[in-house]
Amino acid sequence: MRRRRFLAAASAALAAPSAAALLGGCAGSGDDGTLDYLSLAWQKESMEANKALVAEWNKRNPNRKVRYVQGSWDTVHDQLLTSFEGGEAPDIIHDEANDLTDFAHGGYLADLRGLLPAGLKQQIPQRSWDMATFPDDGVYGVPFVQEPRVLIANRKLLDQAGIRAPEPERPWSWPEFEEAAKELRGGRTFGVAWSMKEPVNQSVNLSLTTGGAVFYQEDGKNVVRFDEADSYVSEVIHRQVNKTRTAPEGSLGMGGSDTLPGFFSGRYAMVPLNFSFRQQVQQQAPDGFEWVTLPMPAGRGGGAGTDAGGGSGTGRAAVQGVSPQTLSIAQDTERKEDAMAFIAFMTRPDHMARLAKGDWMVPTGTEALRDPELNTARHGWRTGVHMSSDLRASPVLGVRGYAEWMDKIATPAFQEFYSGGIGLGELRDKLVEDGNRILARYQR
Amino acid sequence: MGRAGQYAALLCYLVFLAFPLFWLVSSAFKSPQELGTVDPSWLPQHWSLDNFRDAFDQQPLARSALNSLIVACSAAGISVLIAVPAAYAMVRYRSPVSKAATGWILVSQMFPFVLVIIPLFLVLKNFQLINSLFGLILVYVVWNLPFALWMLQGYVRAVPASLEEAAAIDGCSRFRTLVSVVFPLLTPGLVATLMFSFVTAWNEFFFALVLLKSPEKQTMSVILTHFLGDEGAADLGPLAAAAFLATLPSLLFFALLQRRLVSGMVSGAVKG
Repeated sequence: MRRRRFLAAASAALAAPSAAALLGGCAGSGDDGTLDYLSLAWQKESMEANKALVAEWNKRNPNRKVRYVQGSWDTVHDQLLTSFEGGEAPDIIHDEANDLTDFAHGGYLADLRGLLPAGLKQQIPQRSWDMATFPDDGVYGVPFVQEPRVLIANRKLLDQAGIRAPEPERPWSWPEFEEAAKELRGGRTFGVAWSMKEPVNQSVNLSLTTGGAVFYQEDGKNVVRFDEADSYVSEVIHRQVNKTRTAPEGSLGMGGSDTLPGFFSGRYAMVPLNFSFRQQVQQQAPDGFEWVTLPMPAGRGGGAGTDAGGGSGTGRAAVQGVSPQTLSIAQDTERKEDAMAFIAFMTRPDHMARLAKGDWMVPTGTEALRDPELNTARHGWRTGVHMSSDLRASPVLGVRGYAEWMDKIATPAFQEFYSGGIGLGELRDKLVEDGNRILARYQR
Repeated sequence: MGRAGQYAALLCYLVFLAFPLFWLVSSAFKSPQELGTVDPSWLPQHWSLDNFRDAFDQQPLARSALNSLIVACSAAGISVLIAVPAAYAMVRYRSPVSKAATGWILVSQMFPFVLVIIPLFLVLKNFQLINSLFGLILVYVVWNLPFALWMLQGYVRAVPASLEEAAAIDGCSRFRTLVSVVFPLLTPGLVATLMFSFVTAWNEFFFALVLLKSPEKQTMSVILTHFLGDEGAADLGPLAAAAFLATLPSLLFFALLQRRLVSGMVSGAVKG
């Protein structure tokens, strides 16, 4: 009897959800004319800003509504690739310029050149548009927020060591930075903690500060080089970990968030992180913990040579490569004008500033950059805004085969180099020789 | 090894297994400051429900939990309903076809998800089953079925054929034999297969990510990734709270059914 009751109950329990699912499946969302907006906002403030703007748009435009669809940074590439192949992609896509290259080459994204309103085109500087301009000079995304890498430092430890925090207008040179890290080293405190779980993007992007690029164009083709200007910053990191011991080897396997507990406890005096990490610092820092946002060290930024690190103090530039966040339109979308109207609404100067504040990032638009709340010393906002004029397109943007080069060659090679497993010569051989073989395959 | 040693080893193993869950629960109740400390305490110094409130504020957790429950229960139930007669037939009626089918079951387990996702996507699209929980249930049933069959074959094989012959001599019809003799003996197998199918469907991420696009249709495993940012950034508190909630149904399912797993092992096996 008990068994019969159990089986009956189990059957009922299983049948009810099945029926509900069938009904749900039949109902479906269908194509009700609503445009899907895939957003990767994940911080609370950022999601609130996005959802509020979507609601405002829908209120003003009842005939061309937009549905907010939550995506995830971790999975967006796979999700989009499958959706594009299956012809079911979201109409409006939030992504990173870095991720757009292959989609643009594959013809999945609409070329925005004929769709962009003049006002929107003018308010974003050309150097930012360059970051979303790929094959055949097509524009495949509206770059709306970006972030430099910055140094987040423990104010108390800087003061104790008698170190003057560099102003955004006059960043440290790389030798000055190495010197500061040495002065901050003492007891259990390391001068800096390099989180190198994903070492490639930051190694390539920071190579711009010393006039490098790693990726170059030769005879219309992308090639990898790793000359002195390209390797300068990587050598600094290698030296700090393996020679001067001003940076702990243990942090090399960490992601950015992983270094924060050590930073809060005074174990690391400085942590190089993306600008948006300030939100986590502000949220997790213990009461009374004083932190300050410093610009990354600057080098010659265009002139290679023995003084690429900017040691002479002349011609120093704080340029670094970035890959901005973008809003794109799927090629399959039939209502491209409506999708662009929504993007233009989202990137209006006041809205762009609102989204940037929600993401703790820097807007690309010149007018949005003038927002008073972004031009304050509080939480280091002014440092990021000041650095924004020195941000350039990451050299990896538009390079087909970059993802494969990064996964198969560069990530393990940089990790080995930073931990002292291989020397500079071996790193160079791997990045250049093996790397160029991969790139050549994509450019036949 | 003496009895004390055995207990000590068992205790160590239990601690090893339980620690991640313990840490998850502890983290779910900690403040952001406590989560960011380099010397974390075992238990929260100030117990707080803020992470749960934030998790529910930020993401549609209740809706996604219901979706996961619908999908996992349905997929598990349908898989078992199909697998039971199929496994019985494959064991009791040996033929080249059943041998080939068994081999195919093993081979099918080696296909990676990414290999099938795009063709699957296109097939489901043709049937207008993209963004549909029913479509996802079908996928999970197909995906679970080989392993469910494989599991149940072992349990069917363990039921002595002589019991069925005895029932037949006693005048039982084939159907009555299955219902009164075979199925009761299969209960632990059914429960184990049900658990396996449920947990697989509950935890599955990739198909759910790709096949469901509407926020109101997404399952819990997909929603959890929304607490993660770029370059390993994470909203740890709400993520821990949501992950803890996501483990509860599996735990409850096991708690409710595990007794059945054991008690059914010998029931009906001895004829008085």
